[in-house]
Amino acid sequence: MKFINIFLIVINILNFNLLMAGEIKSENEIAKNLRCLICQGQSVHDSDSEFAISLKLVIKDKIQQGMSEEEIYSFLKMKYGEWILYDPVFNQNTYFLWLLPILIFLVGGAIIIKRFYYKK
Amino acid sequence: MKSKFIPLILILIFIITFVIFFKGLKNPNIYTPNTNLEKEVPSFKLKSFENGSIIISEKIFKNNDYHLMNIWASWCIPCKAEHEFLMKLKNNEKIKLIGLNYKDNFKNASSFLNDLGNPYDLIVSDKDGTASIEWGAYGVPESFLIYQSKIIKRFIGPINNEDLLEIQKLIR
Amino acid sequence: MASLIGSYSLSFGLFLSVFIIFFSVRNLRDTEILDKKIISFTFTQFFFVVTSFFGLIISFVNSDFSNETVFNHSHTTKPLFYKISGTWGNHEGSLLLWLLVLTLFISIFLIKSSQQPKNYRIFTLLFQQIIIIGFFIFLIKTSSPFNYIVPTPNEGLGLNPILQDPALAIHPPILYLGYVGSSIIFSSALAAMVTSHVSKEWAKHIKQWVLASWVFLTLGILLGSIWAYYELGWGGFWFWDPVENVSLMPWFALTTLLHCILVLEKKKILTSWAMILSIATFALSMSGTFLVRSGILNSVHTFANDPERGLFILIFLFTLIFLSIFIFIFFHSGKEKIESNFFWLSKETSILINNWFMMYFLSVVLIGTIYPIFLEVITANKISVGPPFYNKLILPFLIPFLIAMAIGPNLNWVKSDFKDKFYMMIFLIISFLLSALIIKQFDINFLVNTILVTSAFFLFFSTSREFFVKRFKNLSQNIAHFGFSLLILSILFNNIFSNEVITNLKIGETFKAEKFTINFENIDQEDEKNFKAIIGKFNIQYLDGSSDILNPELRIYNQPNIITSEADIKTNLFTDKFMTMNYVQNQEYFNIRYQVKPFMIWIWISVLLITFGGSLSFFNKRYEI
Repeated sequence: MKFINIFLIVINILNFNLLMAGEIKSENEIAKNLRCLICQGQSVHDSDSEFAISLKLVIKDKIQQGMSEEEIYSFLKMKYGEWILYDPVFNQNTYFLWLLPILIFLVGGAIIIKRFYYKK
Repeated sequence: MKSKFIPLILILIFIITFVIFFKGLKNPNIYTPNTNLEKEVPSFKLKSFENGSIIISEKIFKNNDYHLMNIWASWCIPCKAEHEFLMKLKNNEKIKLIGLNYKDNFKNASSFLNDLGNPYDLIVSDKDGTASIEWGAYGVPESFLIYQSKIIKRFIGPINNEDLLEIQKLIR
Repeated sequence: MASLIGSYSLSFGLFLSVFIIFFSVRNLRDTEILDKKIISFTFTQFFFVVTSFFGLIISFVNSDFSNETVFNHSHTTKPLFYKISGTWGNHEGSLLLWLLVLTLFISIFLIKSSQQPKNYRIFTLLFQQIIIIGFFIFLIKTSSPFNYIVPTPNEGLGLNPILQDPALAIHPPILYLGYVGSSIIFSSALAAMVTSHVSKEWAKHIKQWVLASWVFLTLGILLGSIWAYYELGWGGFWFWDPVENVSLMPWFALTTLLHCILVLEKKKILTSWAMILSIATFALSMSGTFLVRSGILNSVHTFANDPERGLFILIFLFTLIFLSIFIFIFFHSGKEKIESNFFWLSKETSILINNWFMMYFLSVVLIGTIYPIFLEVITANKISVGPPFYNKLILPFLIPFLIAMAIGPNLNWVKSDFKDKFYMMIFLIISFLLSALIIKQFDINFLVNTILVTSAFFLFFSTSREFFVKRFKNLSQNIAHFGFSLLILSILFNNIFSNEVITNLKIGETFKAEKFTINFENIDQEDEKNFKAIIGKFNIQYLDGSSDILNPELRIYNQPNIITSEADIKTNLFTDKFMTMNYVQNQEYFNIRYQVKPFMIWIWISVLLITFGGSLSFFNKRYEI
């Protein structure tokens, strides 16, 4: 558990969310994290559908109104549901999604270390 | 003990995976959004289609009438298909039709209405599509049945005869 | 006519499986040598599948619309090249291609494995026959490419224009060579367990297959990625789309196996692990087929969606999985002498560490891809797992992985010392200073980017040095690792330095950005055989006085009637300039997307280097890994 905590802290400090983690994310960065709901697996940023073009305008407006990135995500989540967010929220639905890979990593490490203990 | 335990777990995991995939196959892959996401009508301030005067949503939806807000555009082919059903609703006293003209120009939209008839009591225009996003809409056509500023039913895609009957039942 | 021959050939091919199995089982006990009949029957089966495949190609070339597959996916105005590639550009044809490669590979296997024990070869053939029969039945039962339409239509429906592309025409065959190669590994691993042939010799012999599948799979993924880059028009090359992930998972398993086999080849340890990986590689390839073909996933690259087909592959896939679990539990004696007496600092450990990280990356991709399916079935909640998830979970782990990759190859087997400590320290310091200097120029998160770029540079320098120190020894591995460092560097720089503008422009208008102006000069119209093109002319002026002319296109295809936008890309060694133009409903302006993407070409080059490194060890033993 301790390791997981440390790991989460490290992730937060380094903010691995995106390589371009400037002060204010541009509308492009936000649109990249949104699924274009009427397309087949494209982000809003990548899509040129009518829906995506309008949504990009909305994001731009919201930024100008002074909404933060998080507020924009939760606004859209309210309108369209979690399906629109490419970055799944960490909640009871997604504990396994986020933690299972880490768990597998730890178990793998344990198996390797055990090999060396057996020998002795 | 240990050597039997691991294979059993493994087999169990695969059986569960099989069942999940099997059930997943039967789920429809097309996204059907939760139609009751938000009940309160979002507010908007839009220009009227005919004369460009500002229209505020609160004023329209407040009273005790039923409203059907229909998002449409002259370039949208399914909109033509649903038009005849909207025309049937026009004569119904209990419901008012509000048209949200989506990313359209005045000339095309007017000739569309001239050709097929105008079912709407009021048309507002959404030039850039942003108002539709506030409504949580996906595109054209899409319709919302509203009563006392609450969305009671949402229709994604063109209205068909079945939907028409449902609307008539709901507003009776 | 061609369809008729093709259809009959398929049935004959399936029928031959009965003979192959009959003679194989009889041959198991009898003699010491392999019955020649088995080989001839296997070749005959291959011949029938080839005939069937050519039957389909000929139907496509002749635009024989009495054939349902041709009718659905072809059109008379299509260029010949795409008529041919249309053969495997659809569900039915691509399955026939799978079957073709399956039968081809088992024939090659029988010739190439003459040094191996007879029973091992027969069992491999038998397991492979199970797969082949499965595909035959799948093809004939649920997705026959030779269905008739009466009356014969005059014209076909046409091939989806985004599939009419040279890279995508050869992408499926190459990818299938990789996928199907893994089926040989799977069958031979099962056979090796049944006949207790898991040994150093087996490892040596199967390594060729592992390498070959790995090379093809890597190339196949590369081609798909290149296609996505210039055809899908968003300027990205990897989107963590489920269908992309599905090809990446067997790649991870295969890469792990490739490294694991190296240990097994030297001494008989990690046998169980190698068996699990061999099984997993093919199971993942098959799951990929299931996930893509069943339509259970929502993706850009959707194929034929038919639940009945999905059900068949699902049952088939799990039959194979349970069969292999059964064989693994009852036949594999995991009791290797615990002679794993290697020191903690040794090449063995470094390979174990590679395996460890690879498995982690695999699990991230696997869980990210299938978790939404699980969640939806169990709780009816629908979530998306996209690029931010993968970035968060993979990038932090990439750092230790790259550093271990730089140190690992310098270690000796069994027991080692940190060699060349001095050089390594120097490299680390240089890498750090270099990265800090570069990253400081940009307004981005300093800490993460610097550490990431440092570790990539570190690998870059240490592998570069190897070329001088070791020369031709381990050349194959060294090129591949060097290519990998180059790949990571190019991806990072591509991400950091990219610049993008999206705007609406009318003809004649000019857009001013910080470092350049875009002038929309005019549009032109051209008529091609199967589409009408609207070509925009854009003049881009840079601050330093240089300029570029870019001509993105809108294509209006006649059959099927679809508008696509073709990017215009100006490539040079350092940057790609990428422009697309899109039609906007009811407006006079066009939506313009202009991107400057540095080091784009180096991403392709470095993947080619990696595959080149891998394939080098085929040609000369000296270069071998």
